Amino acid sequence: MSRLKQTFANLKQRARVALVTYITAGDPDPQITVPLMHRLVESGADILELGVPFSDPMADGPAIQRATERALSHGVSLRNVLDMVSEFRRQDADTPVVLMGYANPVERMGYKTFAEAAAQAGVDGVLMVDVPPEEAPSAIFVAQGLDQIFLLSPTTTGQRMQLIAQHASGFVYYVSLKGVTGATSLDPEEVGARLPAIRQLCQLPVGVGFGIRDGESARRIGQFADAVVIGSRIIEAIEQAPRDRILDDVGQLVGTIRQAMDRSPDKAA
Amino acid sequence: MHLTQFPDEHGRFGTYGGVFVAETLMAALEELQQEYERARKDPGFMQEFHHELRHYVGRPSPVYHARRWSAQLGGAQIYLKREDLNHTGAHKINNTIGQALLARRMGKKRVIAETGAGQHGVATATVAARFGMSCVVYMGAEDVARQSPNVYRMKLLGATVVPVSSGSRTLKDALNEAMRDWVTNVASTFYILGTAAGPHPYPMLVRDFQSVIGEECLTQMPELVGRQPDAIIACVGGGSNAIGIFYPYIPHTDVRLIGVEAGGEGLDTGRHAAPLSAGTPGILHGFRSYLMQDENGQVIETHSVSAGLDYPGVGPEHAWLKDTGRAEYVSVTDDEALRAFHDLCRYEGIIPALESSHALAYAAKLAPTLPREKILLVNLSGRGDKDINTVAHLAGITL
Repeated sequence: MSRLKQTFANLKQRARVALVTYITAGDPDPQITVPLMHRLVESGADILELGVPFSDPMADGPAIQRATERALSHGVSLRNVLDMVSEFRRQDADTPVVLMGYANPVERMGYKTFAEAAAQAGVDGVLMVDVPPEEAPSAIFVAQGLDQIFLLSPTTTGQRMQLIAQHASGFVYYVSLKGVTGATSLDPEEVGARLPAIRQLCQLPVGVGFGIRDGESARRIGQFADAVVIGSRIIEAIEQAPRDRILDDVGQLVGTIRQAMDRSPDKAA
Repeated sequence: MHLTQFPDEHGRFGTYGGVFVAETLMAALEELQQEYERARKDPGFMQEFHHELRHYVGRPSPVYHARRWSAQLGGAQIYLKREDLNHTGAHKINNTIGQALLARRMGKKRVIAETGAGQHGVATATVAARFGMSCVVYMGAEDVARQSPNVYRMKLLGATVVPVSSGSRTLKDALNEAMRDWVTNVASTFYILGTAAGPHPYPMLVRDFQSVIGEECLTQMPELVGRQPDAIIACVGGGSNAIGIFYPYIPHTDVRLIGVEAGGEGLDTGRHAAPLSAGTPGILHGFRSYLMQDENGQVIETHSVSAGLDYPGVGPEHAWLKDTGRAEYVSVTDDEALRAFHDLCRYEGIIPALESSHALAYAAKLAPTLPREKILLVNLSGRGDKDINTVAHLAGITL
């Protein structure tokens, strides 16, 4: 059983909503990424999304754009990111790691080379933001046991949802608003209204992200979703903290969000 | 499948093209494709498009024999397709008219665009005013500085110009920001993409709207000289003016098609914008094509004296025409383009755009190697009034 599948099964037993945290690998420098991953897990993250820096992050808002620029100023490459995952795996054999990024660094490395190296490093899932299922190298990823995560959006038609469900594994990621990462116009009620239709067409756990900024919005989304994804808010905490406070400040933020989510009434198991 | 029948149903030109965008845009692109399929089969739509081109743009644009310059160069005769004489001063308006008519058909009241040299931004602001739509143009902060006359023209036409300060602060970053706007406002907004690039169906529909250039040449050249030219030369940034004049000539296999990329300070310096000449295949801005990138797949900064060619990618159909050998791609340097710019001013009384000056510069190289009876047709894609500040600055003159 894949780590993602195992994690969602365990959480379901404990009636707990998954907290998925996003950081950009190498932000603000490459040395902090692995310690930060461990701290996120200690603070209550169930799944780690690790952003692969790309020069042209078209689907990201200002916070993740800045994180990307900081990482690229250190020359962080896809190979470096895979090395970080290998290092993380030495001390954590259980927490799923999903790489999130854009097609071109993977295209450049070659899909097969990448899939083999990613599986070897201990990567569990891959989300390429600009690769819809029509263009996805599904067979190559499946062969290496990598889960393919796809986005669903408020504009996704029922027909497209079926197509995505055929290609997706691990979980699907519902983008809770039209826009880029870090936007602030999230409406939890609207998200809640959309989810039944998604669940009818797709049996996988549903994560919700884009626009979740604090414990309260995470708690409310957690009433509908199987997983809550927080990214830009963590990036902002990273850039606001002095270098020696990053681990503590981010840990505290994530801990607060975890606590707020756990106050949510238990979902029927 | 014949070369003119691409893209296929997946939006591919061979292995190039495709649809590489975030899920939020997929429905909008499918809707655009379906609407375009209906529009191109609707005689009323095509009639209105051609009516606008004739009465608003001023088409057909003439073909002009550059006699003095040809004589000076001493070889093949150079003919110029005068897209610089279009309303707004460049070929860009052919496409923006077409896309604005599509936007109106789809009930969209707001249009957005990216622009490099500002020609596409001006052409978009123009049609937005013409059709009563609100308009936002994204432009790299560096381009805002070097193309200030066009920035003011857009404002006069009622558009909002948003300077983009991320990344290299040029055309590619403006495109990123336009995509972000579109993702956010996809229900109300039509994205008028300015070049034959981006996700399917854009490369196809921009080509189709720009093909009026080559279609006119197909009838104008026999009228003027009794035959088709020996070669057609056009500059290639994203590649819309080139594909517009090339496409109708693809079946005319005895006509050489030559695309000229921006060689900047020289291909060997790395400071250029010539992905077909010196790049490798990659994915950027929604499509697969040749790309200027490093060994890790990061897009690298480009350089060209011409803002409109300062782009790391190139339309997917050009990648396909290169690989199939139907078209050739070469590059000229900033200095060569500037020399051609000045020569056309002095020998023909025409101030060409710096983009078009790249095509002129290659014609100036090729012509002396050919006999006098050979004919080169250069797409003079835009006029150079917008560039006089840049040229003056390079000459150490402050206007």
